Amino acid sequence: MAALEVRDLHVRVGDKLILRGVDFALEAGKVHALMGPNGSGKSTLALALAGHPEYQVVRGQAFLEGQDLLGLLPHERARAGLFVAFQHPPEVEGVKLREFLRLACSERGKGFCEFQKAFPQALRRLRMEEFKGRELNVGFSGGEKKRAELLALYMLRPKVALLDEPDSGVDVDALRLIAEVITEMAAFGTAILIITHYPRLLEHVPPDEVFVLLDGKISDRGGPELAWKIGEMGFEVVRR
Amino acid sequence: MSKVAARLSKDFVERLSWEKNEPDWMREHRLRCLEIFEKLPMPRFGPDLSALDLGDLTYYARPVDPVRRWEELPEEIRRTFQALGLPEAEQKALAGLGAQVDSEEVYRSLLNELRAKGVIFTSMEKAVREFPWVQDYFMKIIPPEDNKFAALHGAVWSGGTFIWIPEGVEVEIPLQAYYRMQTEGVGQFEHTLIIAERGSSLHYIEGCSAPRYSRTSLHSGMVEIYAKEDARVRFTTIQNWSKNVYNLNNKRAWAYAGASVDWVSGSLGSKVTMLYPTTVLLGKGARTENLSFTFAQEGMWLDTGARAIHRASDTTSRLISRSVVQGRAKSVFRGLVYVASEARGARAHVECSTLLLSPEARTETIPVINAENDEVELGHEATVGRVSQEQLFYLMSRGLDESQALSLIVNGFVSPILKEIPLEYAVELRRLLEMSFEGAIA
Repeated sequence: MAALEVRDLHVRVGDKLILRGVDFALEAGKVHALMGPNGSGKSTLALALAGHPEYQVVRGQAFLEGQDLLGLLPHERARAGLFVAFQHPPEVEGVKLREFLRLACSERGKGFCEFQKAFPQALRRLRMEEFKGRELNVGFSGGEKKRAELLALYMLRPKVALLDEPDSGVDVDALRLIAEVITEMAAFGTAILIITHYPRLLEHVPPDEVFVLLDGKISDRGGPELAWKIGEMGFEVVRR
Repeated sequence: MSKVAARLSKDFVERLSWEKNEPDWMREHRLRCLEIFEKLPMPRFGPDLSALDLGDLTYYARPVDPVRRWEELPEEIRRTFQALGLPEAEQKALAGLGAQVDSEEVYRSLLNELRAKGVIFTSMEKAVREFPWVQDYFMKIIPPEDNKFAALHGAVWSGGTFIWIPEGVEVEIPLQAYYRMQTEGVGQFEHTLIIAERGSSLHYIEGCSAPRYSRTSLHSGMVEIYAKEDARVRFTTIQNWSKNVYNLNNKRAWAYAGASVDWVSGSLGSKVTMLYPTTVLLGKGARTENLSFTFAQEGMWLDTGARAIHRASDTTSRLISRSVVQGRAKSVFRGLVYVASEARGARAHVECSTLLLSPEARTETIPVINAENDEVELGHEATVGRVSQEQLFYLMSRGLDESQALSLIVNGFVSPILKEIPLEYAVELRRLLEMSFEGAIA
């Protein structure tokens, strides 16, 4: 059974139909990439699967390990094992990063004692020790926000992780770190989908499968060579 | 006096004074206040008080006799105090505790070591009877002419606490008073007078609650604080009155040279609140901080504020407020800073933020900053916001349900104030917030 299976997904935002029949499946422990030019609907896909109220599913289905996902509320999807790393995570003033992750972890069914141990460990892994007492995303640079999203991923150990441009705005060192963490999570068994429009990160985390999203549909799929081809020649190569 | 006495009249005031066995000065003071009360108009600003019928209140009620031990209290009130955690707090976290039901104190304790250091922590009545010099302090900071409810209070006050901290004595553990309104339609008018002598320090905490009735009740307390040279006084109030209570208070402090006075107020209940703790900075280098948290829920109007009057050089004030408004409710914050011409080098900062949780929620911030000299440093910030859907969704997408997410955001918003509130109360506040969100969403 696929970790995540998406069938014929149609999503509307306001009056505009953005996704027009998306089909794909993610396998546990594998790294997948979703590539597409700006505006092709990549973030829409992630947010619709997470249950954002403004992203309305008008047709199609999604299953997480066989469980119907689209009938669940956003927090129920998370508790079932879905994780989305946001492209633009919001700042939440007054809320401590630690407190937030503690709550999120306990809703994933982990006890506090385990959190006490896991949190410092995760901070070290992401080289974020100095963020221990910080408020959630407040005053973080673009790259720091990306690392904080990966920190949450690392803590929550989801079944499926949709990572929306985890590499934008990060420097080379952080890029390597992010790649390592993603590889580690895949080895742990998480089904990973890296959403990106260029192959920089994929060079550090070679994907098992690449999907190309164009005009609201998966227009092409293949192995890592598809990503390299897009890297060289742009999305024109798949348009033809 | 009978256990319940209603109707406001000269006769009632005289009888109250006689029953309390007061010295002449106090009886005369009460009668003078009554005359002033009758002449003064109702407040000309703020919430609608037309539903408050001052002719339909019980001005004195003594449903419970005072006891020496908690166990001696009648079952119902003992359970209430237990549920509020008072006997436990007394053991663990307080240096002294007073509890009042309606018009009279029912319990009071003070650690022996503080008694030995000369600290006085007693009922206001006892202080009036036993210490003639109390006359020099009583309603000298807030005279009855100040406003109608100050005058009413002066005429009918009953209960409350008198605290005197001798020079140099630092009371490190808080003293607390708890006010409970139990009788339907009652008026509660406790008077709190604190005198902190030179170099002394005190943290005083007040808690308030009442069961809900359909009939209107009035709470109109008065607090006067004298913080003498280099003294430090922190006064924390957490009120959770039921929604039939008009809560119209007068609180004011005088801070002498080098003294500091902090007001920390959490207003969660009542139908209408008018509360504007004021510090007059009388001496060089005096400072005040006023931290206010209000949570206005369906049908409530919380009209709060803070005032700092700078009358001496190098004085400092910081007025910070966080308001959360839910349902059809209103919060108003009036921040007033006055800097007199002689108060050179004064610094004042006013900051108020409001978070609106519903489309019908209303808020207003009314800052008045008036400086009569140029050598001052003044800052003012005000923000009004709504809970952002992006934040809410973000938290939910990590597994928090809507009420958990909302309560986390609101807790974060009020955290600058919550962290100044004693731990037991902060926990209680968080719980109250969470409960109300669960109710609102379900």
